[in-house]
Amino acid sequence: MANQIDASCHRDIITVDSVSFSYQQREILKDVSFSVKERDFIGLIGTNGAGKTTMLRIIVGLLKPTSGEVKLFGQPLSQFKAWEKIGYVPQKNSLNPLFPATVREVVISGLVGKRKWFGRNSKEDYIKCDDALMAMGVEDLADKKIGQLSGGQQQRVFLARALINNPSLLILDEPTVGIDAETQASFFHMIKHMHQHHNMTFLMVSHDMDMIKGYLGDKPAASSGKLNFYIRHSHETQDCVEQNLAHSLRSLRTQLESKKEGI
Amino acid sequence: MSGFFQRALIGGILIGITAPLMGIFLVLRRLSMIGDTLSHAAIAGVALGFVIGKYPILFGLIFALLASFAIEKLRKSYKSYAELSLAIIMSGGIALASIFFTLGRDLNMDPNSFLFGFIYTLNSSDLWLIFGVTIVVLFIIGKHMHGLFLLTFDEEAASVSGVPVSFYNILISVMTALVISVSIKIVGGLLVSALLTIPAACSLLLARSFRQSIFIVVLIGELAVIIGLLVAGIWNLAAGGTIVLVLIAFLLIILLGKNLLLRTR
Repeated sequence: MANQIDASCHRDIITVDSVSFSYQQREILKDVSFSVKERDFIGLIGTNGAGKTTMLRIIVGLLKPTSGEVKLFGQPLSQFKAWEKIGYVPQKNSLNPLFPATVREVVISGLVGKRKWFGRNSKEDYIKCDDALMAMGVEDLADKKIGQLSGGQQQRVFLARALINNPSLLILDEPTVGIDAETQASFFHMIKHMHQHHNMTFLMVSHDMDMIKGYLGDKPAASSGKLNFYIRHSHETQDCVEQNLAHSLRSLRTQLESKKEGI
Repeated sequence: MSGFFQRALIGGILIGITAPLMGIFLVLRRLSMIGDTLSHAAIAGVALGFVIGKYPILFGLIFALLASFAIEKLRKSYKSYAELSLAIIMSGGIALASIFFTLGRDLNMDPNSFLFGFIYTLNSSDLWLIFGVTIVVLFIIGKHMHGLFLLTFDEEAASVSGVPVSFYNILISVMTALVISVSIKIVGGLLVSALLTIPAACSLLLARSFRQSIFIVVLIGELAVIIGLLVAGIWNLAAGGTIVLVLIAFLLIILLGKNLLLRTR
């Protein structure tokens, strides 16, 4: 069964072509095909064991598919080198609370792909880091140990790390697992804002239908086994593209805070 | 200061930098037992070197390297029971060592010195080897610090950022094998993993940043080596054992101090 989602006219950011994956004779993904165009927002939704994390790991090159091919920005994965175009937000529960790293160290580590050997952090790196921290509203936490932060704060820090390179593609792996409903809602609000106002493509993996369905539509655009693909194409978002992400997120935050105070 | 004590001190100071430095990466990646496993394999290599009368440290290194590759292979076969591979290689190393010890009976080989160290027999070529390993390890860690940090913090994020994860994993194994094989003469095969893990355990309690944790592990490693060697020299005790007990004393003091501080707050 091949599932083709292809509706917008922008260039391909992710192309998954007839990908199958088996582990210990168990078929996890069978002949999955889809393409994500520039500024699309795609949600991979499925229960545990549906293969969504496997799909994600194949897309970023951590797992090799049994058959089929993945392309990023039009290039086969084996030749793809421009990793700085991709921002990645991991699952929050992957963090070891004792890990000795400050928020600033974590965010600045997002620049690793651009570094020369022996590269010390330059002034410019610190400015980028502070910008990303400010955009996420976590600048006050810069010198705190990452493990001391709440789940919601950690998630903003990971988002700041993902955004420090101004990526074209943002990949989110179950970003709100273990976070309370209110924080989830404001996190998702921020993601939607980025999608609507910036030149960014989104791939989000989640088991949480409710959070993503409202934005991506009620019906999956395609399915493969227990894995459902929800999509919002770029032509459904506003045309206005703001260049300065940090500035726009800061103004969004101010709006949200003043709304809260108004209540 | 006598020549053999000077050499012991220099060798100890060099190992006091590299072993804790490797240890922080291993401990943070939940690989604390790797040190123990590789050192058990290295004991067998060093013993073989003595039996054939050539380059014991070099054989120790080769065995430790082979063990690190074998661990990776076995780990893939027992995916969900990764620590099983450590148990197998560890006992395999000691089993081989015991056989070499019996083969070396006529050579007056003393198994105790392999297990607990023989720092006062360090000669100048051993020192050059330790010096070489220290330079190589510091160079590689300095060169790849940012990538190693991200790999340690979040392997998936490292991979998505273009960090060559498999290459770095091999690099860490090779550097650990290097450090362990040159440390055996100083603290002994059974105790070398303490020099990797206890400074890291102390730094997890104290450090607020990764940069701090690097300083703390090296500081604690150095203090323990210097105090341990002096105490052992004065009271004629086993040097390796004394260094490890000083490390444990540091850990207890830090734990107690932290508890007291929390209570008074």
